[in-house]
Amino acid sequence: MKPRVHESAEGHVSGRAVYTDEQHPPQDLLSLWPVQSPHAHAEIRRIDVSAASRMPGVVRILTAADVPGENDTGPILHDEPLIANDRVSFHGQAVAWVVAVDEASARAAAACVEVDYVPLTACLSIADAIARKCYHLPPARVVRGDAATALDLAPHRVCGEVAIGGQDHFYLETQTSWVQLDADGLIQVTASTQHPTETQVIVARVLGIASNRVVCRCLRMGGGFGGKETQANPSAAIAALAAWVTGRPVRIKLSRQLDMQMTGKRHPFFARYEVGFGDDGLLHALRVDLYADGGWSCDLSPPVLMRAMVHVDNAYFCPHVEITGRIAKTHLASNTAFRGFGGPQGMLVGEEVIARIAAELNLPADRVRERNFYRDDGDGERNRTPYGQPVVDNHLPELWQQLKHDSAFDARRRAIAQFNAAHAQVKRGIAITPVKFGISFNKTEYNQAGALVHIYTDGSIQLNHGGTEMGQGLHTKMLAVASRVLGVDAARIRVMPTSTDKVPNTSATAASSGSDLNGQAVKAACETLRERLVPVAASMLGCAPEAVRFADDHAWAGTVPDAARRIAFADLVHAAYNARISLSATGYYRTPGLSWDPKQGRGHPFYYYAFGAAVAEVEVCGFTGVHTVRRVDLLHDVGDSLAELIDRGQIEGGFVQGMGWLTCEELRWNDKGRLLTDAPSTYKIPTLGEVPHDFRVTLFRRARAPSTEVIFHSKGVGEPPLMLALSVREALREAIAAFAPTPRPVHLISPATPEAIYAAIEQARRVEPLAMTEALDVAT
Amino acid sequence: MRPAVTARRAKPFAPRYSLAMTTPCTFQLNRRTVDLTGSDPTESLLRWLKRQRLTGTKEGCADGDCGACTVALLQTGSDGRTRLAAVNSCLLPLGTLPGRDVITVEGLQDPGAALHPVQQALVDNAGSQCGYCTPGFVMSLFAGYYDGDLGDATIEGNLCRCTGYRPIRDAAAALSRQPVPEDAFATLLRAPSTPGAGELGQYHSPLTVDAAIALKQQHPDAAWIAGATDLGVELSHGRCIAPAFIALDRIAELQQLAIGDDAVRIGAGLPLSQLETRLAGLFPALDGMLPWFAARQVRNRATLGGNLGTASPIGDLLPVLLALDAIVHLRGPGGHRDVPIAEYFLDYRRTARQADELIAAVTLPRHPALPGAARRASASYKVAKRQTDDISIVAAAFDVAIDDSGRVTRARLAYGGVAAMPRRAANVEDFLLGRALDAATQETAKGMLREAFTPLSDHRAGADYRRALCATLFAKFVATHLPDVPA
Repeated sequence: MKPRVHESAEGHVSGRAVYTDEQHPPQDLLSLWPVQSPHAHAEIRRIDVSAASRMPGVVRILTAADVPGENDTGPILHDEPLIANDRVSFHGQAVAWVVAVDEASARAAAACVEVDYVPLTACLSIADAIARKCYHLPPARVVRGDAATALDLAPHRVCGEVAIGGQDHFYLETQTSWVQLDADGLIQVTASTQHPTETQVIVARVLGIASNRVVCRCLRMGGGFGGKETQANPSAAIAALAAWVTGRPVRIKLSRQLDMQMTGKRHPFFARYEVGFGDDGLLHALRVDLYADGGWSCDLSPPVLMRAMVHVDNAYFCPHVEITGRIAKTHLASNTAFRGFGGPQGMLVGEEVIARIAAELNLPADRVRERNFYRDDGDGERNRTPYGQPVVDNHLPELWQQLKHDSAFDARRRAIAQFNAAHAQVKRGIAITPVKFGISFNKTEYNQAGALVHIYTDGSIQLNHGGTEMGQGLHTKMLAVASRVLGVDAARIRVMPTSTDKVPNTSATAASSGSDLNGQAVKAACETLRERLVPVAASMLGCAPEAVRFADDHAWAGTVPDAARRIAFADLVHAAYNARISLSATGYYRTPGLSWDPKQGRGHPFYYYAFGAAVAEVEVCGFTGVHTVRRVDLLHDVGDSLAELIDRGQIEGGFVQGMGWLTCEELRWNDKGRLLTDAPSTYKIPTLGEVPHDFRVTLFRRARAPSTEVIFHSKGVGEPPLMLALSVREALREAIAAFAPTPRPVHLISPATPEAIYAAIEQARRVEPLAMTEALDVAT
Repeated sequence: MRPAVTARRAKPFAPRYSLAMTTPCTFQLNRRTVDLTGSDPTESLLRWLKRQRLTGTKEGCADGDCGACTVALLQTGSDGRTRLAAVNSCLLPLGTLPGRDVITVEGLQDPGAALHPVQQALVDNAGSQCGYCTPGFVMSLFAGYYDGDLGDATIEGNLCRCTGYRPIRDAAAALSRQPVPEDAFATLLRAPSTPGAGELGQYHSPLTVDAAIALKQQHPDAAWIAGATDLGVELSHGRCIAPAFIALDRIAELQQLAIGDDAVRIGAGLPLSQLETRLAGLFPALDGMLPWFAARQVRNRATLGGNLGTASPIGDLLPVLLALDAIVHLRGPGGHRDVPIAEYFLDYRRTARQADELIAAVTLPRHPALPGAARRASASYKVAKRQTDDISIVAAAFDVAIDDSGRVTRARLAYGGVAAMPRRAANVEDFLLGRALDAATQETAKGMLREAFTPLSDHRAGADYRRALCATLFAKFVATHLPDVPA
């Protein structure tokens, strides 16, 4: 039976579900607080901790000199000091950490650490980085055909720009971990991390010890969204360092302000595009320059940028494509993974281009969208992405038509046109946008997973797998997989905290791949155990091994339910133990058929694509630029869902999170590089009030069986729905366009705050040509 | 400069504050008595709960903006009704607690018993994902459930980053169809919560205005503290360290509400959530602003007196008071005096109130019939980055009357967020008086409004947008409320 709700739901509502910083605190637990840089870029001349060291409760003050191993937490490049050494690279960076008996004492002492800085010129925006050519790594490229020639030959050719804001993860539980050393010098790390293996490896790196001396455990996270993929590592590493140096257990839980100031966010992007197209709106050629704000260190920016580059196409075929991507190196917090991992920014640019074509030709945008879809017709060339992968199992055209029909799109658009004609100061807009999102880590080697399943002699089961639980319901789905393969009640199975001593060398729980990868590994482990139990069951039941079936907590002889020919699972297990059969098994999985050449920007990086589409209707006030979302219809393809309520929760939650990114969530810094929006009083994620009462979500029932072997024919659902929110942005564009006296393109920055929408309305009313930003007008 | 004093009366004597009236330093947590003797009164309830290992109540921000730390506080209003009020425990200093009743998520369920209906509704509707915000939603819904109010406003002060809220809204709707059981909480609600005078360290909670004023004379450096929704943020971050606090939240006199034919007198200590229900329909500008003033948890504690005492340049209700010609009633050692709102604000967070005075009440005239006025319109607007539970970019309140010939006889155009203090656009008001509100007048007024103030650019918005809003909000007001004025 499919699970209904989250396996921890009762723990959540009762407050009994335990999070990292809520475990029974060990004796002598210490706390940490950072000494933060007041400069975005400066040389450190001197750090004087003498006064602070004498403050009450202070045990130790850590500086770079205290790091026994490598002072670095960078996941790809080693360019990210855990504690700043001779220079600070962003406002709020830690130059020292106070270890004290409690957080208040540590905080008070941190204010008394004296640091002399020599301020240096700081690069504080993408425009700044472009002007000064400050980049991480050489440019990346994805190219097909000859965009330059095709642009020259195209009947229409326009260029444009779009600025895209970043996004704070705003997981409700901030970064947290605690570390203790056991008697034999084993480092036990408990962390709120999406990537326990990487946390383990980086703790070992910082302490200069082998990975086998570090165990990292994760119970559950109070939200992750990509923000605890690499960003959990520095917190765990500093707690480990403090525990190492003091010999006492140490905890850290960043305050909300520290978390927002010090940790990375979704990358802000800037894009310039040039597109050639026909009278019918069909794409002929597209050239895009993408700039991602990487921040001070590289972190995961290269794969984020690449995912953006391979999602500019979204659902649209373009024969000639040239996409160049650069990572701006700025003196800001280092940007990182966030649900969609660059995909949302890339797709926003793609939708911007399509909307522009529609406006230039005065065609309905939905028509231009569907005309340009990838389609599997004949030779398959119209169904191949710029990086060479065919769009396998492309359900989008039928999904699209179904949503248009079910949402009464055409009729509502006509009604909106009438409404707009009758109202001068309030306009409505409706838009439908598609999502095609590639599932798998772009980096092929991450697409593997392991599991470890123990059956105990009383018939109870422990399930370990390499994935982490951050609210997405992975554990619930893994329970469903194990109980289905073993034919047992889920109540028999306990999902254990993720731990690197149970399943080693795991990948991050990320890229929407958690249940695909770990589900197959769990299935493999459970199948191994089942196969071991079959001969025992066959002999007890007196049937052939091939006839043994596992279901309803029993082993059965044959498929016909017959109470006389069954054995209770617990009895079978006990018999197997007596027969000296191993009741513990590992499972392992690697995704087949993947390849990727990052230098060429070509290959088959995704096992399959997730599809969805969204219709959003908005109303915009012409006096203020304030908007409301009146209705949303989502249709999303999750395959054969492992847990429908959980998948629905991912779709709704992802959509609203995407809507926040595109509307009310705005990051602002001052001219010193200090983040001004570092608390929920200034950084506004959506509340219930922003969510429309008319919010319709349907799971797509595909007509054809998939060609891939995803766990029980389900599909990954973590990230793709976030991009359904692009429908809100495009609906806003439609509403803004209705303020213009004559049809014309709408220039809308992202996020579409009331201020941004008001500016776009004013521009639409004035009928001005689109201006290019001079500072960004650089040679490509 | 001392502002005009419209009434003054010397008090015959200032009664000494008596310790004999003081309630013990205990409070009821989940219906069990807890002793707070010796506790730091400025520590937040949230931090204290965590130290007691009651970790169901979560810290998401410690700013009163996320609702993860929501608990229910038993409060009896001056209407005699006792409610379980959802409040942010991060903003509740321990000093407010002696003699009070608090329920946390741990208190909803007896050990081994079934989930509370509120908890069960969230489970049934898949209302939790990561679960970290969930206890806060549980407590907001719990308070709403017993109060018979499970609309969106009940949970707008709770942030959830996972679910997209739809299942939580459905859980609330399902709960609203379930009758409230005859349980321990229903029993709790039948007895009034009337804590005596409290004293926890240097946190004094007197019962009368006279006692409060006497305390202030004994402790001149003490800070007045009302609902603690503003000072509570400072305390939560370990900032504002006043040597002593005088809490105004137990003074019955400050909780009175008198609705007369000519005016409404609002006790300065009345929580805003009570104004929302008890004054509904009387002042459109107040009705229009109150729902957008922070969120339910804050409105359950925040007061008009606190809003006036803080005197934030934005202070959403302050433009409303300016537009409605409010009168501020102050009480001090020298007696009481009334200050017209137009003379109350002096500069950035500086007001006509003297340090030893407290705000006792606010009177709003009802202006039932202005002489010669054919029509009167009154409304308020708030524009923010996020419309729900945000700080204004610009807040505005308008009150305009027009005579039979279509000429303006009264004009109040008041704004927050555009100057160092809440301000009226006096020159534009003067310009409008006696004129017909025709297109030309409106255009000129809009032009003047764009130039009326010199607002700042900050992380909320740019100065240009703020200037534009000064004009367009007035245009929206006229278009909405006076669309067909005779030209």
